[in-house]
Amino acid sequence: MLQTIRKFVIDNYLFGEEGKLGDEDSFMETGIIDSTGILELVRFLETTYGIKVTDEELIPDNLDSVSKIASFILMKQSVSSQTAQEHSFRSSGEPRP
Amino acid sequence: MKPHGAVSSNLLRLDPEVETERITSWIRETVFHALRRKGAVIAVSGGIDSSVVAYLCARALGNERIQLLFMPEADSSPHSLQLGRMVADALNAKSVLEDISPILDGAGCYQRRDDSIRLVVPEYGSEYKCKIVLPGLLDAGRYAIFSVVVQSPDGKTTKVRLTPDAYLGIVAATNFKQRTRKMMEYYYADLLQYAVAGTPNLLEYDQGFFVKNGDGAADFKPIAHLYKSQVYQLAAYLGVPEDILRRPPTTDTYTLEQSQEEFYFTLPYEQMDLCLYGKDHGISTSDLARASGMTEDLIERAYHMIEAKRKVAKYLHAPSLTMD
Repeated sequence: MLQTIRKFVIDNYLFGEEGKLGDEDSFMETGIIDSTGILELVRFLETTYGIKVTDEELIPDNLDSVSKIASFILMKQSVSSQTAQEHSFRSSGEPRP
Repeated sequence: MKPHGAVSSNLLRLDPEVETERITSWIRETVFHALRRKGAVIAVSGGIDSSVVAYLCARALGNERIQLLFMPEADSSPHSLQLGRMVADALNAKSVLEDISPILDGAGCYQRRDDSIRLVVPEYGSEYKCKIVLPGLLDAGRYAIFSVVVQSPDGKTTKVRLTPDAYLGIVAATNFKQRTRKMMEYYYADLLQYAVAGTPNLLEYDQGFFVKNGDGAADFKPIAHLYKSQVYQLAAYLGVPEDILRRPPTTDTYTLEQSQEEFYFTLPYEQMDLCLYGKDHGISTSDLARASGMTEDLIERAYHMIEAKRKVAKYLHAPSLTMD
């Protein structure tokens, strides 16, 4: 996942020039992603990982570096799978007509 | 919020008489000697900046040597034209009304914009109204990402976050408006051998709140060194009509009323002025907070935002590049 995200960032914002992008480097501090870039990043995450990023989640804590994005995706996927399991449990536990 | 305290009480205060003299001398020198043009063309939007530029040019060059243009289009507020006419009347200056809607229609401005909005609001139709907005700077520390606000014919308002394609499509289409106006300004400049006056203030100029080769283009920009609050001080001194002074700054670009704050700056201009001044004069966030009444957190975010917008503005300011 880290590699996929890093590749997206390098391809889209560093024009394919790898340079010195570290997984912890802040996009804000290095200035490599502007507000249009964040829109592109969100679309990439939503289509690649099948998640929905809410307005409240559009914060640097979730999206400001390669590693923060990876942690955020893992958290979203874990919540999503937990919700699916609970839904499945509730469905199977319901009395049949 | 009024600034107070040792740091800010006089931060942005200027002597309007001295500044007017300084600017009008510069305009005379620039237009007549540096540019060798016979007068100035000013697009008057009904806003504070273009009104002040018109007043300054009239003082500097004489009212017979300025040409005012009103260039409304289908989405403009009719009030803007009324305010613009007040300026022309007060200055007893030549003015022309050029409705640019047919040009915009021919270029597909409205169609392209509406098609882009439909990428995120499929039911959007020609009877709808729209604007695009940013969250406020203190909105839970979120990234400044645009949403579109649409209003259906029955008055129902919906706000939807934009995708990159929709955002870029809307901006690219609406930028036809500023570029068409500039084309018309240069038509009159060529016709009369006049120079085109640009109307950005320092906040807009510094932060890139203009369309490249649109309202960003001009032969001279006489108030680009003044903070917005200073433009208001000059306006009051020059006698700009009260109705213009009282009108909240607006973009007048979308069919729904849209403030500059929700479209670009995310803070009221009084606060943006202070933050820009504070950042450029090395004032710490704590000193500025004490003096202005804003919180340190807000100022910190504003300092970051100013820097981020400057990075984007670099492209907007860049001239055509050539090889050595």
